[in-house]
Amino acid sequence: MNAVEALVAQIQGLSGSVADLSHLHNLLKQADDSLLNESTRLLPFLDQLDPSKHSLGYLFILRACSSGPISKEQAGELVLIFSRFISSCAAEQIRLAPEKFISVCKRFKDQVMLLEAPLRGVGPMLTAVRKLQSSSEHLTALHPDFLQLALLAKCYKTGLSVLEDDIFEVDQPRDLFLYCYYGGMICIGQKCYKKALELLHNAVTAPMSTVNAIAVEAYKKYVLISLILNGQFSSSLPKYSSSVAQRNLKNLCQPYIELATSYSSGKISELETFVQTNEEKFESDNNLGLVKQVVSSMYKRNIQRLTQTYLTLSLQDIANTVQLNSSKEAEIHVLQMIQDGEIYATINQKDGMVRFLEDPEQYKTCEMIEHIDSSIQRIMVLSNKLTAMDEHMSCDPLYLAKAGRERQRYDFDDFDTVPQRFNI
Amino acid sequence: MEGEDDSAGPMIDEIYANGGDDTNHKRPIISGEQLDIEAYAGLYVGRTKIMRLLFISDHCGNPAMQVEALRMAYDEIKKSENTQLFREVVQKIDGRLGPKYGVDNAWCEMVDRRADQRKEKLENELNAYRTNLIKESIRMGYNDFGEFYYSHGALGDAFKSFVRTRDYCTTSKHIVQMCTSAILVSIEMGQFTHVTSYVSKAEQTPEALDPVTAAKLRCAAGLSHLEAKKYKLAARKFLEVGPELGTSYNDVIAAQDVATYGGLCALASFDRMELKSKVIDNISFRNFLELVPEVRELINDFYSSHYASCLDYLGNLKANLLLDIHLHDHVETLYDLIRNKALIQYTHPFVSVDLCMMANAFKTSVSRLEKELEALITDNQIQARIDSHNKILYARHADQRNATFQRVLQTGNEFDRDVRSMLLRANLIKHDYNSKSSRKL
Repeated sequence: MNAVEALVAQIQGLSGSVADLSHLHNLLKQADDSLLNESTRLLPFLDQLDPSKHSLGYLFILRACSSGPISKEQAGELVLIFSRFISSCAAEQIRLAPEKFISVCKRFKDQVMLLEAPLRGVGPMLTAVRKLQSSSEHLTALHPDFLQLALLAKCYKTGLSVLEDDIFEVDQPRDLFLYCYYGGMICIGQKCYKKALELLHNAVTAPMSTVNAIAVEAYKKYVLISLILNGQFSSSLPKYSSSVAQRNLKNLCQPYIELATSYSSGKISELETFVQTNEEKFESDNNLGLVKQVVSSMYKRNIQRLTQTYLTLSLQDIANTVQLNSSKEAEIHVLQMIQDGEIYATINQKDGMVRFLEDPEQYKTCEMIEHIDSSIQRIMVLSNKLTAMDEHMSCDPLYLAKAGRERQRYDFDDFDTVPQRFNI
Repeated sequence: MEGEDDSAGPMIDEIYANGGDDTNHKRPIISGEQLDIEAYAGLYVGRTKIMRLLFISDHCGNPAMQVEALRMAYDEIKKSENTQLFREVVQKIDGRLGPKYGVDNAWCEMVDRRADQRKEKLENELNAYRTNLIKESIRMGYNDFGEFYYSHGALGDAFKSFVRTRDYCTTSKHIVQMCTSAILVSIEMGQFTHVTSYVSKAEQTPEALDPVTAAKLRCAAGLSHLEAKKYKLAARKFLEVGPELGTSYNDVIAAQDVATYGGLCALASFDRMELKSKVIDNISFRNFLELVPEVRELINDFYSSHYASCLDYLGNLKANLLLDIHLHDHVETLYDLIRNKALIQYTHPFVSVDLCMMANAFKTSVSRLEKELEALITDNQIQARIDSHNKILYARHADQRNATFQRVLQTGNEFDRDVRSMLLRANLIKHDYNSKSSRKL
């Protein structure tokens, strides 16, 4: 017990400068095992520490005292301590021990889940993600947990704020899969299908050596979203996706591929019968809602196609061609699409005619120029990044060593031997 | 077969009910002028005559015509030595032509026995030539074998024998002979890939081909393109056939066929310029067209934009074309292509078209025309939009500037997305590789 008291004193004393902190870190690491043994009696000591000043020490002790099994009553109290700590801790201190911080946050998530109050976890988790991140391009291990909580709490907007950052650095591939999958679902919830498709696409095409369940589920949603957004789906994955994904994903999601085939026929009745016969499968995958959206997107797609061919068309004719029950229903669809900016048209209610117009965008306005300019800027930044990455890659000793090994040892074009390994 | 017989009954009634001159009838077979089998068969000689007659009997669905075709096929086979085909035909006739057209076992046995003797003799001769190593004689021997197999209906063996002569060819004339024989057999077998390769082989011989052979080769090439649904190439080949062809290739194709096949393929695939320069102003092809005035007329009508009468001619011809051994598979496709071409050509020069007038010109209803136009517009073959309220078709002029802006923005977005996911993947691979190598250490 005295050892803990001494440790607390040291934490209080050594939380000032950077040098002190690293010394403290060492001390804490040594004391970690003994702390774990004492885990049940540590809670009172936390009161002696200030989470904002003594973040590192607080972190170690908090981790130790939450490592044991926790009852539901305790959880309520702990969650408060956790969220207070997360919101007030100093980012530079906790980044010294990221694994500990991650495990604390994961425990926190478990508690919140135990209490069945995911909403309580969303805010603190977002803070935790931001504090742990070294830059906005960094995908932390906490991203998936945060997104999961946001998804469960239906806080899609909060979730989107994280998804807006472009991710480049990844610690664990599993984090990326989960990030893309949950992120995709959040975007679907917000009806940002474009972003959702991008995230799911990343999950499906990410390098993998074996098929994983996350990718399979992501693929199912990927098929559905492609249909809703683009009205088509090519069952062959791009060349850069891993061969495992190319070979197996299709076979694991047969009903979805068949759905896409049936969609491509353009016949609404065919699609509906197919959905009805396979309803159970979609239901058990929790994708039935999306499947229904796929069906209704077909009406839109067919109406959109009509705008290509007709200048004017009566509502009755629209209803007939896209197989809607009445002209009233057609009117609702057309109206909705005009509102969403998916078609340009005017409805003449007197004659029951719809007049389709051309896209009024003339690409002449200031906003458009600004939009184009910002796109150019964005792409230039991206292109610089690409060049930098390429340069970095071509200097990477590991890469060169591998490339050197894979090449023939003697290149006949030049007589220099290709080095087998760089010793840098 | 039985199914067709059953359906034939009511159809005869229809013929009579319509007085036999209803040209726009839905059933494809019945037309104003029923195919004159006798005249048709007279155009051909040899195996193709029999095969064409059998084809007609299989597809016409009209018992009287069927029996007539079978009777002529029976007579024709009796003149040849193909006993297997003979038995098939007898089976198809099934006693409908009385005892005169029954199984003639005595004839079969006699032919078979003679065939065996002849085969033995040929084998002996060939062996003798081979031991003496006289190239020319060996070639002749194989050639005889090929002819022998061909006349007995063993096409596979015939093809092999003809091809075998290739090693013993000494002059380009021999090569051409080998090629034409091989082509003949391949066409009968329906192996049109062989036809293409032997045509090109024959055309590669260093000496100039005599005009008749050249015409024959063009016909064969045209047929193989037609079979491969390359209608434009087929049309070109048929149009190049020289008038020297005459009746010399009657064991494969008649001059009338050259006109029909060539004309239809050209209509379906050529644009207006080409149609004028290569078909209408083509003097040598004009000779062929004279043989089939209907085709000549319909091409002229098409060119001078008399679409209604052009489509009428096509409707009249359809029944007979469906009974053509080479063309029947393609009739529907070619007709659709021609009709679409006509529609496109009709709309092309106008800014706006009155659909009622257009429907009159094409002898169809406005709503059906609308559907056809819709399909063509969706297919991006006509740049126009339909004003279905006022029944007017308006040409649509794509705004290049706007389209370019749209494309640029889209491409930019795609690039953006692709690069970002690529960088991410690259990082993942790097991570994977790093973790692998750190595990190794």
